[in-house]
Amino acid sequence: MAIRRRDFLKSAGLAAASLSLPRLARGTDTASIYDLERFGNARILHITDTHAQLNPVYFREPSVNIGVGEMAGRPPHLVGRAFLERFGIRSDSADAYAFTCLEFEKSAGRFGKLGGFSHLKTLVDRLRGDVGEKRSLLLDGGDLWQGTGLAHVMQGRDMVEVANLLGIEAMTGHWEFTYGEQTLRDNLERFKGEFLAQNVFLTEEAAFNDAPAFDKGTGRVFKPSVIKEIGGHRVAIIGQAFPYVPIAHPKRFTPNWTFGIREEELQKHVDALRGTDKVDAVILLSHNGMDVDLKLASRVTGIDVILGGHTHDAVPQPIPVKNAGGITLVTNAGSNGKFLAVVDLAIDKGKVGDVRYHLLPVYSELLKPDPGMAELIGRLRAPHVTDWSAKIATPDRLLYRRGNFSGPVDELICTALRTELDAEIALSPGFRWGVTALSGQALTVEDLLAETAITYPETYVQEMTGAQIKDVLEDICDNLFNTDPYYQQGGDMVRAGGLSYTCTPTAAIGSRISELKLNSGKALSASHRYKVAGWASINGQQGAPVWDVVGKYLRSGRMFQERLGSGVTLRGVDDNPGIAGQG
Amino acid sequence: MTTTTGPHPTRRLILQGAASVALIGLGNLPFAAAHAAANDKYPEEAFKQKSEADAIKALYGRNAEPSDKVKLDAPEIAENGGVVPVSVTTTLDKVTSISFLVAENPFALAASYKIADGTIPGVANRLKMAKSTKLVAIVEADGKLYSATKDVKVTVGGCGG
Repeated sequence: MAIRRRDFLKSAGLAAASLSLPRLARGTDTASIYDLERFGNARILHITDTHAQLNPVYFREPSVNIGVGEMAGRPPHLVGRAFLERFGIRSDSADAYAFTCLEFEKSAGRFGKLGGFSHLKTLVDRLRGDVGEKRSLLLDGGDLWQGTGLAHVMQGRDMVEVANLLGIEAMTGHWEFTYGEQTLRDNLERFKGEFLAQNVFLTEEAAFNDAPAFDKGTGRVFKPSVIKEIGGHRVAIIGQAFPYVPIAHPKRFTPNWTFGIREEELQKHVDALRGTDKVDAVILLSHNGMDVDLKLASRVTGIDVILGGHTHDAVPQPIPVKNAGGITLVTNAGSNGKFLAVVDLAIDKGKVGDVRYHLLPVYSELLKPDPGMAELIGRLRAPHVTDWSAKIATPDRLLYRRGNFSGPVDELICTALRTELDAEIALSPGFRWGVTALSGQALTVEDLLAETAITYPETYVQEMTGAQIKDVLEDICDNLFNTDPYYQQGGDMVRAGGLSYTCTPTAAIGSRISELKLNSGKALSASHRYKVAGWASINGQQGAPVWDVVGKYLRSGRMFQERLGSGVTLRGVDDNPGIAGQG
Repeated sequence: MTTTTGPHPTRRLILQGAASVALIGLGNLPFAAAHAAANDKYPEEAFKQKSEADAIKALYGRNAEPSDKVKLDAPEIAENGGVVPVSVTTTLDKVTSISFLVAENPFALAASYKIADGTIPGVANRLKMAKSTKLVAIVEADGKLYSATKDVKVTVGGCGG
């Protein structure tokens, strides 16, 4: 059996073997897919956007991830079969399950959950052990501290402990900032690695008031980069935090700080690392999102590899991008702990000769959990296990969030908001985190928190005119489909409940959204005022936390009441390979 | 970086309409420079124009050509549309004025600076932007007009990631 299982795994990605084992065996030590051929002299391991998912999860990749303009039909904007074809992945394989939405429920039964930090720890230790002392580095691209009830109540402290045990040596951030400056700093005091961000500066007012900063000369709040000696060479890691923190989240969390892509400051910093510090390789640890990274790679010179995150794109191969100084490789390493990226570099004096990249799915059933990490996770979760294991509902269909326009999780949240808050329309943010629950799997309090745990969860009800609603939809839609990636913020379209509309992603802002209708079929009137419920407002709100509102709704025994599907009709993207179905 | 401007009323920093400006380090220019510019009149008509093309015409009487020697720095997406930091620097010689225009504001011309001979041609400003807009910087150098543009998005804010 052992040999056959190994064959099966080898075939998972690229080979053509036809096997159909019902399920991966439990308790397997390690598997051959994790036996990587040795290459080069420095190994960098990269995780990103784990969203604090300590235990293995189900997470369905999107069936709608549309690219427009130059990004149309290019990674990461490929889904389903188009994705498999582009990357040479066999359908019906474990990798097809890990990387795409195809036959998700069927495959979930066969291949089980992915990720989990004790399983990740086993894999990280093994891959570091394979190359030996001082030849590897472990980096985290941010969104490590947020996404679960535990991370919420501990304000990320749980993840700092886990990061220290896992051995993360440098990270950058995004949702980390939503705990506010003091908590962020307290957590970083405990973090044994480096927090890097070249693109976070004091506001002029904060600088004038002598607010703390890493470098008062430049106004940089955090250390921009660190130089590590690995494999006998000097490798610079530059951090790039999410550029739009004060825009995508309430500004009150970061009143003293100003962000942005800061291309020019980045170029200067790369030049200084190359020219003054004489580093042999430059890596950008980025939370820009993949489209932004691809554009940045075409304009900034001197970066060997951009290790990307934010947009949660699991892209199996790096994308080479030409610029005036040479070629920069751009990656994106998925989300929720599903993947571990392995970057093997062959470094010579002053340059990277060659690179090999693997984005390894963390198949939890193939990896023995690390006992030390399992013990730590158990200890951290212990105070809440009883309360949070309470079952609140059992959905009769697959619940997932990810998709450009909607998903069943957010349809449920919108239905709950409309019902509990007595509103005609509900709006729910297009987050890309939040795990997947299988049909018939009981939902617990912990599951609900994994879809909603943010530091600004208050619900609201307000009156908005039809014109205002359209403006909001247009504004957010432009964050996704502006043809210039620098004007995109990442994330997906706001979810609308009680409202259907037509979207033309390829149109310009102001012209993408049309045919807005209430559930009754009545057209939305521009001047009429509608009662709109929502949560996660960037303005301060006073309503009950969204998890209480949705929890109350579900406990009453109700679930979906209305139409299935997003309520969004797409126009002008018929042949776009970023669409494989609803969502 | 902020240019220095002289004390003479006709040489004061020109501000009007939707432009909101925070200035740092205002200083005095040498007498000769102030004197040389003392004949300039306040460009009232230019500040009354709604479109950026009309404002440029009213201010300078001719069109500008795009130039990569004009470096306009502004955020792609504004963190606060009420105070958007913008700046212009240039490697052009003999710069005599620098102007900012916010195309979508009710009155496009936001600020216009006279640059005295011998002054480093760099201006930083904070502009109010009513909505997403094209931002135009004009540099007048050696009697010719040069421009740079950048789109600045003013968003209602949403959810990333």
